[in-house]
Amino acid sequence: MKTRLLKCLFFIVLVRPLVILLIGLNVYHRERLPKDGPHVVIANHNSHLDTMVLMSLMPLRLLWRTRPVAAADYFLANRWLSWFSRNVLDIIPVQRRGRAGQAHPLQGCFDALDAGNILILFPEGSRGRPEQMQPLKRGISHLLRDYPQVGVTPVLLRGLGRALPKGEALLVPVNCDVAVGEMLYLESDEDAFMTAIEACFRQLAPLCTAGVWRDQTPE
Amino acid sequence: MLEIPPHVQWVVGCVVVLLAVASVISIAMVKLQPQRDHTELRQRIRSWWWMIALLFMALLFNRTVAIVFFAVLSYLALKEFFSIVPTRLMDRRVLFWAYLAIPVQYLWVGMGWLAMISIFIPVYVFLFLPVRMLLIGETRGFIRSAGVIHWMVMLAVYCLSHLGALLMLPVTNAQAGYVGPVLFVLLMTQLNDVAQYIWGKSLGRHKIVPKVSPGKTWEGMVGGCITIVIVSALLGPWLTGLSAAMSALAGGLMAVCGFFGDVVISSVKRDLQIKDTGRLIPGHGGLLDRLDSLIYTAPIFFHFYHYLGGGVA
Repeated sequence: MKTRLLKCLFFIVLVRPLVILLIGLNVYHRERLPKDGPHVVIANHNSHLDTMVLMSLMPLRLLWRTRPVAAADYFLANRWLSWFSRNVLDIIPVQRRGRAGQAHPLQGCFDALDAGNILILFPEGSRGRPEQMQPLKRGISHLLRDYPQVGVTPVLLRGLGRALPKGEALLVPVNCDVAVGEMLYLESDEDAFMTAIEACFRQLAPLCTAGVWRDQTPE
Repeated sequence: MLEIPPHVQWVVGCVVVLLAVASVISIAMVKLQPQRDHTELRQRIRSWWWMIALLFMALLFNRTVAIVFFAVLSYLALKEFFSIVPTRLMDRRVLFWAYLAIPVQYLWVGMGWLAMISIFIPVYVFLFLPVRMLLIGETRGFIRSAGVIHWMVMLAVYCLSHLGALLMLPVTNAQAGYVGPVLFVLLMTQLNDVAQYIWGKSLGRHKIVPKVSPGKTWEGMVGGCITIVIVSALLGPWLTGLSAAMSALAGGLMAVCGFFGDVVISSVKRDLQIKDTGRLIPGHGGLLDRLDSLIYTAPIFFHFYHYLGGGVA
């Protein structure tokens, strides 16, 4: 309960105003965002702002159930970050390198789906080079193997890697594009599922216009 | 209680009545043609209510609030520019410094230091930005970035800050107060957009710049110009210290400049192959889509009014 309150306060008082004023979002197909859990939202990952932006898009009644899946070795690295990650963001920690004899590395995610939560997951794994998409990892299909009824919504983010790229501490305001894709389900074929996700990201790309230089051929 | 000058009260009343009429018409259209999609029209009008409410609240409260309001507008406009016009990723810190030009420029505005308002961005920011860029040490794309970044600061910050500068001029018409001249520019610029659109739609034959903005015709331009000259001649003496003849001249200037501002931003959008500059204002697109004409009319009217119109400092 305390965590929920902290989380909602943090987002209402701090994150939402900052996202509106310092970043500014052009949201495409907002109506496709999940209406209820359990659900998984996946997005490309260029910036620490990604999680904040995705969570600030969630309506309040879903916000307290929306939890980012994050690497334990990074987000639980020290006391302060750990407290913040657990109590304010309410992350689902995942061990990047599973050790033998431990519980399933995705156990936390399974529990969260069982509890009807909305997971935020970055299938690229980590924040890559600014504004470039890396190949998707297959964790998402491992996760959904036993949850064929849980929908996946891909979201393409463009511009946040300019506002706050990896390794930078200075935020520079630029409007960012958020394009929400159609919901997908994992049917039997995992390869087809991964292909469908990649295709969805590709289809969303033309909606995003933030700072892309298209060279023009003179007529 | 706020002391709103009588002429300004009239103008505010007229604008609210006009908007109310537009709202009634849109509701009637929805009732009469339920099969057609009126979402955009309704969004546009709702956004107009919001814009007008925010603008009047900011302008009528006091000078400081009005100046902060224009500073925020400049910030949002610059942010929109930086978002659509591609810059090098390594120029992030240069963009950051470019943003810092906003509080400084509006500080000069608040001080009423006209000389500094006029030279700070064209001289000092212009010289400073390339220096900050060369510290990054990458020379590829240097020229384009230097030009593009400064041009955007000029349009979004320098030009728009003249709206704030108008507030600081000595009041020459007590019936309209410090708000009068600003209201005059805003009203004439917006009315010019509407008038050129209506004249162009009804009589438009000969395109001016077919490749950039196919909707712009000589008929629309001339019709709009005549309309604005007439309305300005009537309204100018009411809201500013200008005579009717000078007001008409100012109106003609604003009609021509407003057209150019509109087409310049259209050219930017054409070059980037985008339809709108953003999605900030539902039904309208981005803020720059709304401010395009003002970027040109604000500084031109300021100079006309201050140096030729007898608004003596």
